[in-house]
Amino acid sequence: MRMKTSDEALAKAAANGDRDAFAVLLKRRYDGLFRLAFRLTGSRAEAEDLTQDICTLLPGKLRAFRGEAKFSTWLYRVAVNAAHDRRRKAHTHARMAQSWGEWEIAIKAEQAETSGQILWLNEAMTSLPDDLRQTVALVLDQEITHREAGDVLGVSEGTISWRISQAKKHLQKLAEREAGQ
Amino acid sequence: MSDPFDKLDAAMKAATPEPDRLAKAKNLNLAMENFDQLQGSPTPARPTAENRPMVGRLMAGVSSMIQSLSTRGGLVATTAIVAFGLIVISPQGRSLLTPPDVVLPSASTPKETRLRNDSDSQLSEADGETALGENTAASEPVFVSPVISQEMADAPASPTGTIAISQSLSKSGSNLVGGIAPMPARRLDHDVAPAQTNTEAFSNEAPNRLKVTVDDPVSTFSIDVDTASFGVVRSSLHNGMLPPADAVRVEEMVNYFPYDYTAPDSDGAPFRPTVSVMQTPWNADTQLVHIALQGQMPAIDDRPPLNLVFLIDTSGSMQNADKLPLLKQSFRLMLGQLRPQDQVAIVTYAGSAGLALEPTNAGDRAAIIGALEQLEAGGSTAGQQGLQQAYSVAETMAQGGEVTRVVLATDGDFNVGLSDPEALKNFIADKRDSGTYLSVLGFGRGNLDDATMQALAQNGNGQAAYIDTLNEAQKVLVDQLSGALFPIANDVKIQVEFNPATIAEYRLIGYETRALKREDFNNDKVDAGEIGAGHAVTAIYEVTPTGSQAVLNNPLRYQADAADKDTSSELGFLRLRYKKPGGTKSALIEMPILPEVSPTSVDVQFSVAIAGFGQLLRGTDYLGDWSYGDAIALASTARGEDPFGYRAEAISLMRLAKSLSTD
Repeated sequence: MRMKTSDEALAKAAANGDRDAFAVLLKRRYDGLFRLAFRLTGSRAEAEDLTQDICTLLPGKLRAFRGEAKFSTWLYRVAVNAAHDRRRKAHTHARMAQSWGEWEIAIKAEQAETSGQILWLNEAMTSLPDDLRQTVALVLDQEITHREAGDVLGVSEGTISWRISQAKKHLQKLAEREAGQ
Repeated sequence: MSDPFDKLDAAMKAATPEPDRLAKAKNLNLAMENFDQLQGSPTPARPTAENRPMVGRLMAGVSSMIQSLSTRGGLVATTAIVAFGLIVISPQGRSLLTPPDVVLPSASTPKETRLRNDSDSQLSEADGETALGENTAASEPVFVSPVISQEMADAPASPTGTIAISQSLSKSGSNLVGGIAPMPARRLDHDVAPAQTNTEAFSNEAPNRLKVTVDDPVSTFSIDVDTASFGVVRSSLHNGMLPPADAVRVEEMVNYFPYDYTAPDSDGAPFRPTVSVMQTPWNADTQLVHIALQGQMPAIDDRPPLNLVFLIDTSGSMQNADKLPLLKQSFRLMLGQLRPQDQVAIVTYAGSAGLALEPTNAGDRAAIIGALEQLEAGGSTAGQQGLQQAYSVAETMAQGGEVTRVVLATDGDFNVGLSDPEALKNFIADKRDSGTYLSVLGFGRGNLDDATMQALAQNGNGQAAYIDTLNEAQKVLVDQLSGALFPIANDVKIQVEFNPATIAEYRLIGYETRALKREDFNNDKVDAGEIGAGHAVTAIYEVTPTGSQAVLNNPLRYQADAADKDTSSELGFLRLRYKKPGGTKSALIEMPILPEVSPTSVDVQFSVAIAGFGQLLRGTDYLGDWSYGDAIALASTARGEDPFGYRAEAISLMRLAKSLSTD
């Protein structure tokens, strides 16, 4: 019945204690959130842990939601920060650095036919510096504009566009190296 | 594929997995729980001090953070975590004993606290909380309440309200203890007092009344293999009290005992009815029609693999010795009965519903026992979310030919979310058709919500048993495990049509909560009780033959005299309907009830003694002068072999009741 209510209206209602609004909102956004978590971490297990973190935090965070930002932007900011928090822990960082490397081994078994593409994805993502990778992870979803990505990361729209162009250069170099081999 | 960024986009899309269904459900639950906790608790928590262990776990989390973070930054972060805890709890100061804790995720990642600090985050909108918290953190008595409530649970508070800060705090990291002020005394009187309150609720109907055969010749009911009522009766008597009359369901007392009725042929129906007619012990002018159903005992050796999901209530009220600790011991006993190919999973509910043990082969005892031992009581009870998760876990475990059962262990309280037995009932009834059975094990007294337990078990095709001692656990979970876990017949209904020519009046003893409408008998959509492997089910009618001086009602003057039309000497006609497990169409068994009074086995006699005992406890007019002494005498002559000593125990309970009733 509330399926047509906007995210922002639901979020504000939830911030005021409306349980149903919170449930609808979270269900609506969960899958997108998980996919972002995957793009940020590069492994299913990490993505699930990260999503769990976010779900744990969200009710408390939401109380501070004032509707000044678009809800999706606000949510992705919570997600990026939660990912950042996870990464800050030394052992998690180590695991994460491995994730983009190890991860393809597991995937390869089940998706043999796409393994070439996935290897490439893994290599491409790993080759990007942290800030570029984070930016790319956000923007790849295509639900989010450069300006919104800027809001999420607390940088200007121009910075996002610049980072994307940097990322493209990286990928271009990677492609050239591959072609050269 | 000229633009590498497009290529990256496509590759990422292909690689991104869909969220795991289970993890999603778990995370959504977790979020909802935390949401609810933050709203404060609209349903007041039970009077027992139940939130202590939850906060205790939070402390454990903080303490492990302290140990694992050694850098300056780490210590700052720790302060911020405490601050966060404070700022959440403080506004709820009206009830320090039920702080709206942030729920921690299930035991799969116990080492990490999920209560993250955000002091470094760039998240401007949320930063207010953290900053405010940091300013006020250090001096406030944030984590005092858990300690107090721990004390409360074990002993009455001293009148002065002075309570030592003990255990959980001193364990939790000495650097915190110094900053903690003692609990303000005024809280105690207010919060301790209700702990004595008894919130038990029993489900029962008024005892069946005498029916006049001419007016109402047909009696229809569902069988009942629950045994919970006997357990409650026993625990009351052991506590020196006669049980509340509504706690006594006579048929459950009778069906508590194993009987050795005639077993069915191996190729016929899964159970065999035996009808005998005998003199009523408490009334010389009436007879008893004793209907015994004996379920077949399938060869245990080739039983199908079993999937069990233990759904364990870990709410704060479960921490008493006769609840969670007894439950752990009981399940350990049960593990010995399982085969390596059986699977066990554990879902807990309290505060947050969580998967405490992934589906694990029963052969991996260490893992299962480890998970059991990890369970601790804390938080309030959210029965429905736990049920939802348990069923979804059960669905993932179910494979063709296997028996899947959710075993709910609780003190019966479902006080968060759907607390209305009707709504829970509907939820369970919806799930019943998935083929997953539900058994309910009740533990402890004081909170026992017998009505809800009954509603759940009756609607979940399951059995409700009440476990008050390790002996009872042995009976339910070891000696009679196969009956409890392997259904052989579903929706078993009994309909008896009495012959007005021979029976003037009749009365069904017990089964008040199981009455069915006459037309429900042939309606396969109407749910009824299940018979498990080897189960014996007993139903007893007290009947008054026509012409007996015990007839209580005068015949009607202007009624067509139906009695003259039927010259048959049969007392009545018995019809049984049942479905094979998984089947949707019922089979019918019919047999006449013949008038011959035959010598009865000790099993029949003992069941009658228990039926009499149950009626005495309930209070009824129909027993005349028949007393506990008579019940003891009858039961004593009918003890039979009694290999497990159940009957001897029943007799000693009768003696207790006799003494207590003459007070």
